[in-house]
Amino acid sequence: MGRIIIINIVRFFILVLLQVALFKNIGYYNVAAAFPYIFIIFLLPIGLPNLLLFILAFLTGLTVDAFYDSVGVHAAACVTLALYRIFFHKVTLEVEIKDSFNTPSLGEMGTKWFLSYIFFGTLIHHLVLFLLETFSFANFLYTLASIFLSSIFTVAVLLLMSLLVYRKKSRISNI
Amino acid sequence: MKNLWLFLVRYNAIFWFILFFVLSVILVVNNNNFQRASFINSSNILVGSFYKQVNSWKSYLSLSDANEKLAAENVLLRQQIQNLLQADTTADSVYLADSIEQGRYAFIVANVANNSVHQKSNYLTLDKGSEAGIEKGMGVITSNGVVGIVLQTSRHFSSVQSLLHPDTKISVTLDSSGIFGSLVWGSNIDPRFAMVRDIPNHVQVKQGQKVFTSGYSLFPEGIEVGEVIETGIKSGESFLDVKIRLSTNFSNLSHVYVVRDLLVKEKETLEETSQDNG
Repeated sequence: MGRIIIINIVRFFILVLLQVALFKNIGYYNVAAAFPYIFIIFLLPIGLPNLLLFILAFLTGLTVDAFYDSVGVHAAACVTLALYRIFFHKVTLEVEIKDSFNTPSLGEMGTKWFLSYIFFGTLIHHLVLFLLETFSFANFLYTLASIFLSSIFTVAVLLLMSLLVYRKKSRISNI
Repeated sequence: MKNLWLFLVRYNAIFWFILFFVLSVILVVNNNNFQRASFINSSNILVGSFYKQVNSWKSYLSLSDANEKLAAENVLLRQQIQNLLQADTTADSVYLADSIEQGRYAFIVANVANNSVHQKSNYLTLDKGSEAGIEKGMGVITSNGVVGIVLQTSRHFSSVQSLLHPDTKISVTLDSSGIFGSLVWGSNIDPRFAMVRDIPNHVQVKQGQKVFTSGYSLFPEGIEVGEVIETGIKSGESFLDVKIRLSTNFSNLSHVYVVRDLLVKEKETLEETSQDNG
């Protein structure tokens, strides 16, 4: 339990640092940009109470907002991602896993589950992020294109990251 | 009552979501108003010092480039001094600098601690703030072009709304014609180009024509902004748009000057009185 909390805090600092020092400067103009910091929210322990999850997501978003000078935009996107996370877990996980305090990582949950979890979550996060950032439906096709391309970029980075720290554990979730 | 409670517990995720989402959107909307930017931005002491530290490592990479630029600027300034001195030696000098205009602008040198060109709305962070005399709304330039407008200051840092931002609008003029237009980024993609909007239809604009600041905004008159590369883009009945190549290289800014207009108080009071009358 204590170890999980420390791991999550360390993960928060590393990913935020990577985001604002590295990934902020990478991108094809603003058509495609990567936001791998959302991994923080993806990987929070499964059995986290809803309120705590929302607070953590909100604070993560605000931290990134401070560096991007875009108060509220990332926060809103992260909160939406937290809601998605709750629903996804509710639909796909069984009760005993839902109450456990496991990290929903690649090694823990299996490739198929993890891929769909990451992909749809990223898509939803980026959808809210880019729409709020433009704050209009003008140039909607252009916004859609950048949402889609950025999602692919982010998912690729996230998969790379999870392969780097891949550790096959007891496959509790062979559902 | 019990049913209501059960309902709330059952769908608590949605209610928390609505609460936090509305909170974020309120923050976004408040922040969009130019005057009421909140304290969560890059002039905040934590974020500012982080960016300053990162920049202090990064700046070694572009050191020779920065040196070259400063040397080039020195040459230019030296030439100007030489010209002024020569003008002075002739008995009846024709140097007609207005004594009021002469002392009008003061410049504060600052280093760019953080800079972005890849976002939809780009901002810079400077390593000087209100302690050095920087205030909200001042213009920021480099040796060869305009950079943006100061958005927010703290004691040691300030954040600047770059020209590469959909809300930035700067009054500019085409050389030798005295025609005014407003400079906006427009493309939202490429940091090398920008648009000059609302030039009257009858004006002949040539490629390669230089564009300068007009002096109607926060910037001193006659600072080079860029040169025209594409003309004749229609923007309605009687106005033309022109695409220009910016003279400022936004991707490797290191030193900038914050323009302090010493007469801004006077100008504002005057404009206020005339507004009262009207």
